[in-house]
This record gives sequence, C-alpha cells and structure tokens, in this order.
Amino acid sequence: MLKYFLARLLTFVPTFLGVTLISFAFIRVLPGDPIIVMAGERGLSDERYAELVTQYGFDRPIWEQFWDYFTGVLQGDLGTSLVTKKPVWDEFFTLFPATLELSICAILFAMLLGLPAGVIAAVYRGKFFDRALMSTALVGYSMPIFWWALLLIIVFSGNLGWTPVSGRIDLLYFFPPVTGFMLIDSALSGQDGAFVSAVRHLILPTIVLGTIPLAVIARQTRSAMLEVLSEDYIRTARAKGLTPSRVNGLHALRNAMIPVITVIGLSVGTLLAGAILTETIFSWPGIGKWMVDSIFRRDYPVVQGGLLLIAVMVMIVNLTVDLLYGLINPKIRKR
Amino acid sequence: MNVKHLMGATSVALAFAAAPLAAQTLVYCSEGSPEGFDPALYTSGTTFDASSHPIYNRLVEFKTGTTEVIPGLAESWDVSEDGMEVTFKLREGVTFHSNDQFTPSRDFNADDVIFSFDRQGNPENAYNGYSGGTWEYYAGMSMPDLIESIEKVDDHTVKFKLTRPEAPFVANLAMDFASIMSKEYADAMQEAGTPEMLNQQPIGTGPFEFVAYQKDAVIRYQKNADYWKDGVPKVDNLVFAITPDASVRYQKLSAGECHVMPYPNPADIQAMKDDEDIKVMEQEGLNVGYLAYNTQVEPFDNPKVRKALNMAIDKQAIIDVVFQGSGEIAKNPIPPTMWSYDESTQDDAHDPEAAKAMLEEEGVSDLSMKIWAMPVQRPYNPNARRMAELMQEDFSEIGVDVEIVSYEWGEYLDRSKDTDRDGAVLLGWTGDNGDPDNFLAVLLGCDGVGASNRAQWCHEPFDKLIQEAKTKSSQEERSALYKEAQKIFKEQAPWATIAHSVVFMPVRPEVENYVVHPLGGHIFNEVGLTE
Repeated sequence: MLKYFLARLLTFVPTFLGVTLISFAFIRVLPGDPIIVMAGERGLSDERYAELVTQYGFDRPIWEQFWDYFTGVLQGDLGTSLVTKKPVWDEFFTLFPATLELSICAILFAMLLGLPAGVIAAVYRGKFFDRALMSTALVGYSMPIFWWALLLIIVFSGNLGWTPVSGRIDLLYFFPPVTGFMLIDSALSGQDGAFVSAVRHLILPTIVLGTIPLAVIARQTRSAMLEVLSEDYIRTARAKGLTPSRVNGLHALRNAMIPVITVIGLSVGTLLAGAILTETIFSWPGIGKWMVDSIFRRDYPVVQGGLLLIAVMVMIVNLTVDLLYGLINPKIRKR
Repeated sequence: MNVKHLMGATSVALAFAAAPLAAQTLVYCSEGSPEGFDPALYTSGTTFDASSHPIYNRLVEFKTGTTEVIPGLAESWDVSEDGMEVTFKLREGVTFHSNDQFTPSRDFNADDVIFSFDRQGNPENAYNGYSGGTWEYYAGMSMPDLIESIEKVDDHTVKFKLTRPEAPFVANLAMDFASIMSKEYADAMQEAGTPEMLNQQPIGTGPFEFVAYQKDAVIRYQKNADYWKDGVPKVDNLVFAITPDASVRYQKLSAGECHVMPYPNPADIQAMKDDEDIKVMEQEGLNVGYLAYNTQVEPFDNPKVRKALNMAIDKQAIIDVVFQGSGEIAKNPIPPTMWSYDESTQDDAHDPEAAKAMLEEEGVSDLSMKIWAMPVQRPYNPNARRMAELMQEDFSEIGVDVEIVSYEWGEYLDRSKDTDRDGAVLLGWTGDNGDPDNFLAVLLGCDGVGASNRAQWCHEPFDKLIQEAKTKSSQEERSALYKEAQKIFKEQAPWATIAHSVVFMPVRPEVENYVVHPLGGHIFNEVGLTE
C-alpha cells in the first residue's frame, strides 16, 4: 500500500509543474491589460502607464516573471493581489473554508440521497420507481443552476419564509472567524441560536449545489449496480441463499463502488474549483466568485495563484480517490 | 429573520456591545466587496461606498443629493484674487476614531491634511508606495501638476498653492481620493511595521467607525458617538451585507433582510413599485452615454455628415428597449442635473428622410462604417450590443451599412483612444465632482485627443471657451461660457448624445431621509429608521 501511495504521489510532480506553467500562461494569453482595466473610462497618460508597468514588473522578460513566480511558489509566496493589495495566500485561506464547507455539505447531501436511490433503482429495474427516479435525475442534471436557485429562494425564502435568502449566518451574530467553517465557528461562539442560523443558511445552497452531483451519483450507482448484479458471483451468492439485502448491500454495492467513487471524486473536484453560480446567488464568500472577479479585473497574481491552489486541491482529492480504490479493491493496489 | 427582529437583538449579540438597548441597525445590501478601505488607492464606487462615505471626511463635501460643495473638515475657504492660492480654515475639536491598536492623542489638525495629500504626490513620503499605491484619482485629476505646495499656516489653517488658476479645484477636494487620514495613526502603524493597516483597519473622522470586514460577506460599522456634526449619524450600527446578484438583493429587501439595495434589475422595477413593502426612489444619474465619431477620419470630419447620422438615430426606441424606461434622452453632453446645462438646446429630430437628403447633399453615398459596442454593462449604457444593433437598423434606413465590433474591455478602452481608429465608439462617463469641466474638458477638450476624447475632436472655438471657464471663479461667468460651448458642440456634433440613465433605489418604507446621490455614492450619514 505504501509503495502504491508513493507511486501515486510521484505523479504529483509533473502535474504540479504543468499547472504552474499553465496557470501563469493562461491569464496572460487573454487579451486585456490589468492596468488599463483598473483605470477604466478615465484612462491614464502614457508616462503613468509606463511607470505602473515598471512598478508591477510587467516590462521584464516573460521568462523572468515566470521564474520569479515559480521560485515564489516554491517558497510559499503566491504574490499580492493587484486589486486588494493583499497576499493571494491570505485571501485564499479566508475564502476557501466557505467553499469547502459548502462542497462537503453538497457532496454529503448528494451521496446520502444518490447512493440509496441508485441502488433501489437498480434493484427495481424497469419498475415505476426506477423510471420516476431516473427521469427526475435527468431533470436535475439538466437544470440551469441559476434558475433553480432563484426558484428555491422565491418559494422557500420569499413565499414561505422558511429559509434565509442568502449569506452564511444572520447578521445579528457576530464573532471573529476561528476555523473559517461557519458551522464550527458558530458552535464555538456560544451565542444562542448561532449554530441553527448557520445550518438554516446552508440548506438552500447545499441543495442547489448538490443537485447535479446527486443526479450523477444516482445514475452512476444504478448503472454500476446493474452491471454487477448480472455477474456470476451474485448469482452464486443468491444461490447460496443469502438474503437480498446482503447480496445487494454487501456483495454488489461494494463492487459497484469503484466507478461511483470516481464520479464522486470528480464531483468534489468540480465543487472545490468553486461553485461560481451558487456562490454568487447565495452571496457565499467562497473562491469561485473570487476567481471570476479576478479574471475580469485581470488580477494576474490572484488568477495564477488561485488556479494553482485549486488545482492542488483537486489533485489531493484525486489522490484520495486513488487510495480509496486501493482500499476497496486490493487488486488495484497490487498492480 | 426580519429586520425588526435584528434591530432588537443586535445590541445583545454584537461583540462590540457598546450600543445601547434598542440599537438601530441599518442594513445595506451592497453589490460587491470593497477593494480596501483607503479610498485614495482605488477608483470604484463600491469601494468608496464602504470607505470614504462612512469612515472619512474631506475638507469640503458634496451636500448629499446634490453636487453643491459644502464645508466638511474645513469650516470655510478662501480663493485668492488670482486663483493661485486656496486657504482652508479647519474645524476645531474634530476627533479621529480609535481601534484596538490605536487611540488618538490629539484632535484633527493641519498635519493630517498635509499628510493625506503628501502621501499621494510625494515619492519621499513613507506611505507613497504602501499597499502598491498608484493614486489613480490623484493623478487622474491632474493634482501632481496642479498643486505646487501645501503649507501649514497654523494648526488650523492650510494653504494650497497652485501652479495655475483652476476653478474646479475646490470641488475636486470633495472627491473620495481627498479623504483625510490620521497622520498620527499612519505614523503609529509605520512604527509598528504594519503600514497596510491604514487600508485594512481604517481610522477616520467620519460618522461611522469601522468594526469588521469579512471578505465577500459583511462589513460592520458602528456609530461615531463623537461625530462633529450634531445628530448624525441617526442609526447605531451600519451593516453592508454583500449580495452580488440583483435578483437576490430584491428578495432580501422584500424579506426584510436589508433596508436599502442598489442597482435593481430594470425588469424588476415595476414589480417593486407595485410592492407595498418597497419604496422605489429615483434620480437622474450624473452621467451620459454617447456615440463618438472619429472626427479625424473621412467622411466623419464633416460636421454635416455627423449631424445627418445623429438625425437617423431613434433615441426614444433606445430608451425603451435598452434602458427599459430607466433613462432619458440626452441632448447635451452634460446631464440636466448639472449647473450650466443648456435647457434651450434643440435636439436633432429623428428624421431619416432629411438625414438621407443631407448625406446626399454632402456627396456621401454607399457609406459603410463600424460601430464599437462595449462588452460590459455600465451605468450609462446597460446593453451596448443591443444599442449598437438598434443603431445599425436606423443607419441602414439612410443607406449606411454598419458593422458592429467589440473587444475585451481593457482592449476596448485602449484601442478606442487611437486617433486613426476605424469607427464610431459607444462609451460614456459618470461625473466625479459635479463640475461641467469634468465632462466638457475631459471628454471634448483638445488635450484629451488620443486619450479620453474619443471623438478625437479638437475644435478651437469650443476649446477656447472651456479653457477660459477654468480660470474664472464666478460660477455665473463660467456657466455662460459652458452654455456657449454646448451650442458649439451641438452644431459640430462630434458625438451623438444618447441617454442619461436614471438611477433607481429601492428602500424599505421604514427608511427615513435616504437621498439618492447624483454622483453615484450610497450615503447613510443622515438616514434613520422608524419602527
């Protein structure tokens, strides 16, 4: 297992190098100049422009800029935002917990509903439940997030008043962030009702963000289960007289899990990369909106640093998924 | 949770529980996050709303809801005969805020004024390079060439010596970049090795003290109990709930989660007006959206050709379709709320037949041209693409073939400056200081050719008038000159003036005294709440 882990870890190195280069190049390939965007309609004189270019170091050879960036990255320095003038690293770690918290909730929501739904649909293949579930999943998968979120807000927050419209917690609660995770911080704050408020604020964004992964997981689980259920060893297990719940739950599900975990891993990656629309609609202070704003402002350090950090997160998730394969299926780790 | 709930509970729950019971909290659903809290470092309105308006004061200020300049931290000022010296008498007994790291030991005085400007213009100043300072507005308003020196006459008198007479100078000092910082705080932070605190934990003299900012989520302020203006501010706490999506802001406002929201979707305005729980305030914005021809390129160097094209544009259709009613037709290059606006101007009638005849008279046929459409939404133009399409249709009626082009915003701003640019550019402007010079000289003066003068229009009679107006200190005299300049502009038609947008501001009925500010800021100093 250790050897398997190390081998996996080694693949990190070229990916990391590639991502560093791509993230640096990506924003520079886009047309548009951060200095001109900053000046807006007002514009600025040629001398002033030249001064700023020198100040930001954009007049130096591109490879030199890259080398500075790269050596900075190796020393844990991602540079400073051109807009807020704060270190990229600080900004990322202020915002990332919000994205992580929401992603975890969304993926748990998707798994808790998606896995059983997929299993049941596979077991009752072709029956009413299966069809209803799979058509719902298709709708969920193709639903425009923006529309879906606004619909939920209008119904549950506007008309029924059950959930708050947006934000992470009621404005009346105010405590300094400790972990950045609102559920934990609100519980630690000891303020009455803070935790409940945080939970209530999580409900709609979790549902909205979890909808697509839920649909994907349910469909993937169903098809993986169907494949496994037609295997010989399942027939054998049934023939041995094992109860259906044991056959489906233990023998079939475990073997169906590999593709499902892959899908879950990929979904987590996508969610971590920032659920831009969900974060924007629910005024959720996460990294998705941060990245988009930075791209529009051509905030080079934030875009390249943010992309790199997100890529590293996704790589970590993928590594974890690879390790999980190994745990579930011993054949993989021996390969 | 609704707002009433919030008001009752705030004082108990806030960690900064200094507020008395039944503290009133005003919640503003702002549209975005501030870039920082030192207004001189930035240029965006979102940042100014969160920094210069609540936290700081300036020597002079704009009276909220107008562009009138009134005393701020300066009680009075005096402009010398030749217009080369401006002397400010400073208010006494004004205190700066305090925070965990800093408690002021003295009141506001001349040193603070000198520091606030010196750091922007003097490379030797320790704060000149802090937070990557580029001082865009200071440079943009030509302060470096204009200010020769700032002298401390005594603790409460400061004299600005100028390099030339400049009538709009006093109004410029009411702008956000001219906010007064505490020199004592700056020195303390410099000594502590954390100069960036000036931008992150701001200290000012304004009506509200900064409490905390959670990026992209909430900004909190509390009342400055020692504010120099009696009875201001009216609420105990001010909270900015950052809500980037306009539909969500609307939902929050109607659910009572906030009291005031900016920038509603034009499509929602009717529903808001019908809603009993929402009051929609409106005010003409201090802006103009225009189509600038390149007057240095044939056949657009001929004023008659430009005039003919202007006559072909159906502006009413643009107001209806692009602005969805939230705009009004522009006939002058400055907005109607600005002093010196020429009411007597006759706008070009929409008359395609006459336009066609006029083109033929000038010997122009088979004309094809480009119209540049901005890729972004701006207050003076909510949808440039759609506007360009409508113009394309209008121009095709008089036999002019239009190709619509667009570039990424930065490229757009840059390339549209070229004097040999191919095509007419859609763009606009929002006023900075309420002075006509800020429109007429910046956008149409000869100095702006190749830069902010997108029509590349240098017309001597016009330029002479606006240069002369700059040196006069009487508003009446200046107004007469600007009116004459507007007449020349109309004859020469370097632009098609399209529209001034109307700013809508939905607020809850319990909000008292909110005034929509023509310069675009959202200001809560004098806003109160009824039960």
